[in-house]
Amino acid sequence: MSTIRTEKNLQNITTAHPDGIGGSPLRPDGILKVRGEFAYSSDMWHENMLWGMALRSPHAHARILSVDISEAVKHPGVEAVMTHEDIPGAKYYGLEIKDQPALAMGKIRYHGEAIAIVAADHPETARRALAKIKVEYEILPTITTEEQCLDPETYGYVHEPDEYKGHASGNVVHSQKLISGLGVTDEVRALADVVIKGDYVVGMQDQAFLGPESGLAVPAEDGGVDLYIATQWLHVDREQIAPVLGLPENKVRLTLAGVGGAFGGREDLSMQIHACLLAQRTGKPVKIVYSREESFFGHVHRHPAKLTYEHGATRDGKLVYCDARIVLDGGAYASASPAVVGNAASLGMGPYEVPNVNMLAVALYSNNPSCGAMRGFGAVQACFAYEAQMDKLAAELGMDPVELRQINAVEQGSIMPTGQEIDAPAPVADLLRRVKALPLPQELDTTHLDVRDIPGALSNTSHGEGIVRGVGYAVGIKNVGFSEGFDDYSTARVRLEVIGGEPVAMVHTAMAEVGQGGVTVHGQIARTELGVEQVTIHPANTEVGSAGSTSASRQTYMTGGAVKLACEAVRNELVALGRKRYGWDYNDLSLVGGKVVSASAGVLVPIADLLGDTAIDLTREHHHRPTVPFDKETGQGFGHVQYTFCAHRAVVDVDVELGLVKVVELAAAQDVGKALNPLSVVGQIQGGSTQGLGLAVMEEIVVKDGKVRNPSFTDYLIPTILDTPPMPVEVLELADEHAPYGLRGVGEAPTLSSTPAVVAAIRAATGLALNRVPVRPEHLTGTGE
Amino acid sequence: MEFLRPATWDEALAAKAEHPSALPISGGTDVMVELNFDRHRPSALLDLNRISELTAWESGRYEGQEGEVIRLGAAVPYTRITRELSAELPGLALAGNTVGSPQIRNRGSVGGNLGGASPAGDAHPALLAAGRDVLVEAESVRGTRLIPIDEFYVGVKRNSLEPDELIRAVRIPVADGPQQFSKIGTRNAMVIAVCAFGIALHPKNGTVGTGIGSAAPTPRRAVEAEEFIAGELAERGLWQSGGLIGPAAIQRFGELVAAAASPIDDVRGTAAYRRHALAVMARRTLTWTWNEYTQSLRSAA
Repeated sequence: MSTIRTEKNLQNITTAHPDGIGGSPLRPDGILKVRGEFAYSSDMWHENMLWGMALRSPHAHARILSVDISEAVKHPGVEAVMTHEDIPGAKYYGLEIKDQPALAMGKIRYHGEAIAIVAADHPETARRALAKIKVEYEILPTITTEEQCLDPETYGYVHEPDEYKGHASGNVVHSQKLISGLGVTDEVRALADVVIKGDYVVGMQDQAFLGPESGLAVPAEDGGVDLYIATQWLHVDREQIAPVLGLPENKVRLTLAGVGGAFGGREDLSMQIHACLLAQRTGKPVKIVYSREESFFGHVHRHPAKLTYEHGATRDGKLVYCDARIVLDGGAYASASPAVVGNAASLGMGPYEVPNVNMLAVALYSNNPSCGAMRGFGAVQACFAYEAQMDKLAAELGMDPVELRQINAVEQGSIMPTGQEIDAPAPVADLLRRVKALPLPQELDTTHLDVRDIPGALSNTSHGEGIVRGVGYAVGIKNVGFSEGFDDYSTARVRLEVIGGEPVAMVHTAMAEVGQGGVTVHGQIARTELGVEQVTIHPANTEVGSAGSTSASRQTYMTGGAVKLACEAVRNELVALGRKRYGWDYNDLSLVGGKVVSASAGVLVPIADLLGDTAIDLTREHHHRPTVPFDKETGQGFGHVQYTFCAHRAVVDVDVELGLVKVVELAAAQDVGKALNPLSVVGQIQGGSTQGLGLAVMEEIVVKDGKVRNPSFTDYLIPTILDTPPMPVEVLELADEHAPYGLRGVGEAPTLSSTPAVVAAIRAATGLALNRVPVRPEHLTGTGE
Repeated sequence: MEFLRPATWDEALAAKAEHPSALPISGGTDVMVELNFDRHRPSALLDLNRISELTAWESGRYEGQEGEVIRLGAAVPYTRITRELSAELPGLALAGNTVGSPQIRNRGSVGGNLGGASPAGDAHPALLAAGRDVLVEAESVRGTRLIPIDEFYVGVKRNSLEPDELIRAVRIPVADGPQQFSKIGTRNAMVIAVCAFGIALHPKNGTVGTGIGSAAPTPRRAVEAEEFIAGELAERGLWQSGGLIGPAAIQRFGELVAAAASPIDDVRGTAAYRRHALAVMARRTLTWTWNEYTQSLRSAA
């Protein structure tokens, strides 16, 4: 996989170190993970440990008439059986709206909702005890379609009005309007020569992380709980757990356990409260590990969406207006739905200058599985729709689809439909130019076929028959960090001391390493800023301040920025120590190779000698520049911290008779501001592209009448190596002066444009409209839904 | 749950007689999934891994079967079938190559497919196509029973084994003509069949064998399609001439294969797609096998 590196606009860095920033040192967890030796959260063990397990509803909507736990309690080996009645504190929790009961109270709102929990000496004992709990249900009609959700008078409420206080009631979780320019009126429509309309559907994608939800809760002598947990944000977990346990936050201490992937699916709580409740009740450590099937019910998914778009343009391809409506199915509980709505509305025009906009985005409550955070977060759904629109418009105008995008592309200085100016590089047209300029992969050689290279692969469905190639393009825009006035600051503590004669930096944050490589980057930053060889990474826990969430492409920006600030503070104190001791008055000092160096006077003193027995231990917070909430009626406001852009070109082979697809190549170009770790950056871009490919052609949780039909990796398919093509990546580094090192969040942007690029290529090969993802063989062969 | 570990075949038969509800396990690629998903809690597992003869195959001649026969031990993994028997059992070798992942193919076996009798088992279409005299060796302490493959599958995930019987081997005639196997999955590897099709030309007796997978309650042949195409080949003297079958007959063959299926709509695919895909696979695999046959005629001439 070739990586082509292009122009740079580097900021001055304190020191150069091969394993400092801009290098690609190996990840400390990499070899362990490849060898299967890494300890994941599901591998933990404690003496006298009990196993926790939850009883889940087989129904999507029901009234609970009675729960009889008497037989389960008597089951030998069972140490606790708990229902909502046994919860010592608050009964509800939630990421943004506290609408979710820790254990079902009176009502079931989705298939798989937890009703009771058991702690027992063995998982099989717990399973048998669960089978002895008798629950009487009154099954209710499900509220699952948009029509049903929006007509509560006829179909009812998922949450009764006023059921939780202070928020909009009814079946709308959140809505956001956005109007810019003149809006979309008859007068505005009259300005357009061409009008393109489309209805689009995005299916429910799952994060499909490989490490199931798991953790270990250990009761402490002070009446508190120590929880070892795989999560994305330790502090916000604690904020939600402590009130339910009836404990102050300082008695609930969290330490990050090995995380096997997240992608947004660990932003909400899963087994955390249950394990802690059982540990509190039994006085013994309690471990909970979800099975693969339970995992599909144990976390939120990507919002499925219905999107209606109408674009007007002039004959020469300039966009005049866009009228759009995005309906997101939020499922039974709010999770991150409000923020997802904000993203869908504010980013729903794509990276294009659209003078007149009318947009409405809403998330609905339903009896479908809860949906929340997943890589791309509201921007993925919109990107599929607006990019399909761009291709339709180009076809209507007889224009090249890349050229159409380029003439409408935003650039630095453009004003977003929210009124926010893009005040950093926005090389959208250039990214498109770059993916288009890459050499195309070789044509299929049908005389020397390797079936692994064609649709169907080893399934041996074609020896060259029916195969048509297509090429498609797409580009997207994503925000970095939390938006709409949220101060998602990060904290870092850095300690510099001499160990074994060497200066050693220790970096302590609460950042969740979920596989993104943050621990590698923290080491690089410390080496660069402090000129030391040895860096140790302290386990992430709540003993230090919040690091915010490992999501929203924000961790390198935010916690990386906090580590940089803490290192700078340590460096300043070290230099102050030298000034005091040696009377230095140099203004050209830096830390290089374990020494304090003056540019004019050369090496002054080894850091180890300067420090002696002193340890410098400082903690700093990093806040991004403030944003504001979007105006409820107009969507106007400086809502986002930073924008990030990625473009894709997809090349596919389609067996048009069988409807099978093989993505031949998926090329990407992305501006990352500054690649702190170029290898990780390419890995993120390729990983995000692959997840987008999955949504394009296979990944969907199938839900019927609120019931999940495919809760397994047998039937929820994710790409294998034979589905994952070569992915050439062009990395641009155009610094954003607002960000540490000029960097730009990387992880999500590639997930956006990958999906529409693949589908555009399939459209090019088949001539079909394809308004829904994932595209299934049925859609390509006219054989059903 | 009891875990029985017989050291010999006779011990295994005795254990099965004593525990008729014991579930045999070899590679575990199917059984362990069922256990892990908590779909099945058998009273006992009967581990066959210590019985080495089950992972061996031999060729020879057997009563009741024409020509040379491969006697394939029930636990010979797919990896070895594909590697060692692709000339003798080409259809089964191709089918074996589509099973799961390399790791699954290292453990999974034809005996497991037959024991589970899932309509989606990849071996079934190839076994059905290989001919009516494919025989399953079913044994118990009461003796040996040879079950013709056509009588083996009796319902959804049900076979015609008696509770005390174990599958020892499968006797499959060595291919006397080209064989092919195609399978539809919604990704390019590691999929359970949405539908599958096996075909075998039998120039010796002028028949064509077929097998349909994942498109009916049981694996089944497309009997009308077999008879139609065999009739075409015979009437037009094509077996001898090696001439083209022609698009009309190939089309008709595909239609008859699709008609032989009784697929359902499920989470893996629609019934309409399954019928459509079966017709396409039938046309393509018939063309491939016939091309191979005519080439062999020409090179023999």
